[in-house]
Amino acid sequence: MRMINRRPERSIAIVLAMIPFVAMLIAYAVGSDVRRAANPADKLLPAPSHVVESAGRLATEPDKRSGEVLLWRDTRASLVRLGLGVGLAAAIGLGFGLLIGLLPIARAALAPFIATLSLIPPLAVLPILFIVFGLGEVSKVALIAIGVTPFLIRDLSQRVLEIPQEMILKAQTLGASSWQIMTRVALPQVLPRLIQAVRLSLGPAWLFLIAAEAIAATEGLGYRIFLVRRYLAMDVILPYVAWITFLAFAIDWTLRAVSRKAFRWVEEDRL
Amino acid sequence: MSFVRVEDVYQSYDRRPILERISLSVPEGQFVSIVGASGCGKSTFLRLLLAQEQPTEGEIRIADASPAREPDRDRGVVFQQYSVFSHMTVRDNLIAAEEFAGTGLGARFWGSRRRAAAQRADAVLERVGLGHVAHAFPAALSGGMRQRLAIAQALAGKPRILLLDEPFGALDPGTRLSMHEFLGDIRDDTGMTIFMVTHDLEEGFKLGDRVLVFDKPRWDPDDPDAYGATITYDFDTRMPGAPFPHLLKKDVTDVRHSA
Ligand SMILES: Nc1ncnc2c1ncn2[C@@H]1O[C@H](COP(=O)(O)OP(=O)(O)O)[C@@H](O)[C@H]1O
Ligand SMILES: [Mg+2]
Repeated sequence: MRMINRRPERSIAIVLAMIPFVAMLIAYAVGSDVRRAANPADKLLPAPSHVVESAGRLATEPDKRSGEVLLWRDTRASLVRLGLGVGLAAAIGLGFGLLIGLLPIARAALAPFIATLSLIPPLAVLPILFIVFGLGEVSKVALIAIGVTPFLIRDLSQRVLEIPQEMILKAQTLGASSWQIMTRVALPQVLPRLIQAVRLSLGPAWLFLIAAEAIAATEGLGYRIFLVRRYLAMDVILPYVAWITFLAFAIDWTLRAVSRKAFRWVEEDRL
Repeated sequence: MSFVRVEDVYQSYDRRPILERISLSVPEGQFVSIVGASGCGKSTFLRLLLAQEQPTEGEIRIADASPAREPDRDRGVVFQQYSVFSHMTVRDNLIAAEEFAGTGLGARFWGSRRRAAAQRADAVLERVGLGHVAHAFPAALSGGMRQRLAIAQALAGKPRILLLDEPFGALDPGTRLSMHEFLGDIRDDTGMTIFMVTHDLEEGFKLGDRVLVFDKPRWDPDDPDAYGATITYDFDTRMPGAPFPHLLKKDVTDVRHSA
């Protein structure tokens, strides 16, 4: 049988999916053993047991100075920034996406401008943000928003343009105004696409968040990782990276679940 | 007498003529079928009737009103697909037809007004055999049910003419037959003036009072795009003893082969 026609059974597929994860853990454990055999005080690949122990401490022990558990404090700070930045970008993206997708005049006026803006590497404007907004929360939220907004506008205006022309014409023949077509046809038609687009933009959003936190912050997941890097504290960095990965996964999963539940008509329709 | 008047209409895209010299006078209540080879400009003609596009030359008037510049409530329309709002339930699709017709920014019905609209919607749904799926989304319906909803929704807007572009083109033959009956009944009830594009000649003759055949009267073998199509036959299907049955047979093959 051809390889392209050989499909794993469900149970085998699960085992296959686990192999890379297990392989990575084993590779780490072996590497760690080898290094610590040569130098028991090795900091680069601490023993897995040591990492787990450290993770437990990070999640439970309050900081001596603030009395707060740093992991939770960092998580809260980062998620607020991420939520504000992405939320702002989604609102702007949806608004402009609808305008550009639906109104030829807005499209003529804005589409080339947005296309140009989207070519600017967001990290290159980070210094400008720090100068304009200072080193506080605003510049970090702004970086995330600036980083993903052009993508969201372009993606959503494209989705609006992809709404079947038939539907827009039908609404017109029923007497709908431009505003009604925007709010009652185009908006609900692209809302599921908005969630998809936001899911896609979360990867870059995390990147911008961590970059901004690494440069100027007093708390946050990215801040912590870059802070402890000076002490080669892999036992802190690794749990933090795992935690960020988990958060990213959980947010994506939640958005997908929300989309499924809220947009039953799409699930039945096209997805 | 003449309700829809098409006067010497030409339509070209980028100087390429698609339709030429189309003149037509349709009395109120007539069912006009439009047939012709695929790509000959039937949908283009329907877009002109819909006022989605303006003709390069000539004009189209309904009830002597000035030519429309965009689709409006005088024109109901149903396409082969996407003719209902997929994000609204079956019932909401009908309520939306009323809401869109109302003026005002939000134009969403609330409270007693919405309940009244819902009752009217349910009455219509009962009549078109969709009462049992009022809460379903269009994607859950069969193709025939979806088109019944699309037609009911278009009529809920109380248009003066109804435009159908291959409305049954995606349906299986059995469903199509029941849709013929459905459309016939609706037509008897409302006396609506209907233009229906179809690639099925039999369907066109069965439903239409009148069948228009679109074709290119002139043909340049070196440049097939040189000329546009026009109305080459205009059959009155109600004329008793008209010789169209054998004419029809001949044209069935003609039109199908060129398609
Ligand atoms: N917006 C347009 N711009 C350019 N050419 C078009 C446009 N719409 C239709 N055409 C062309 O006009 C011709 C007639 O199309 P159409 O009216 O859709 O044919 P039919 O419905 O009879 O199959 C086709 O050759 C098509 O490619
Ligand atoms: Mg067509």
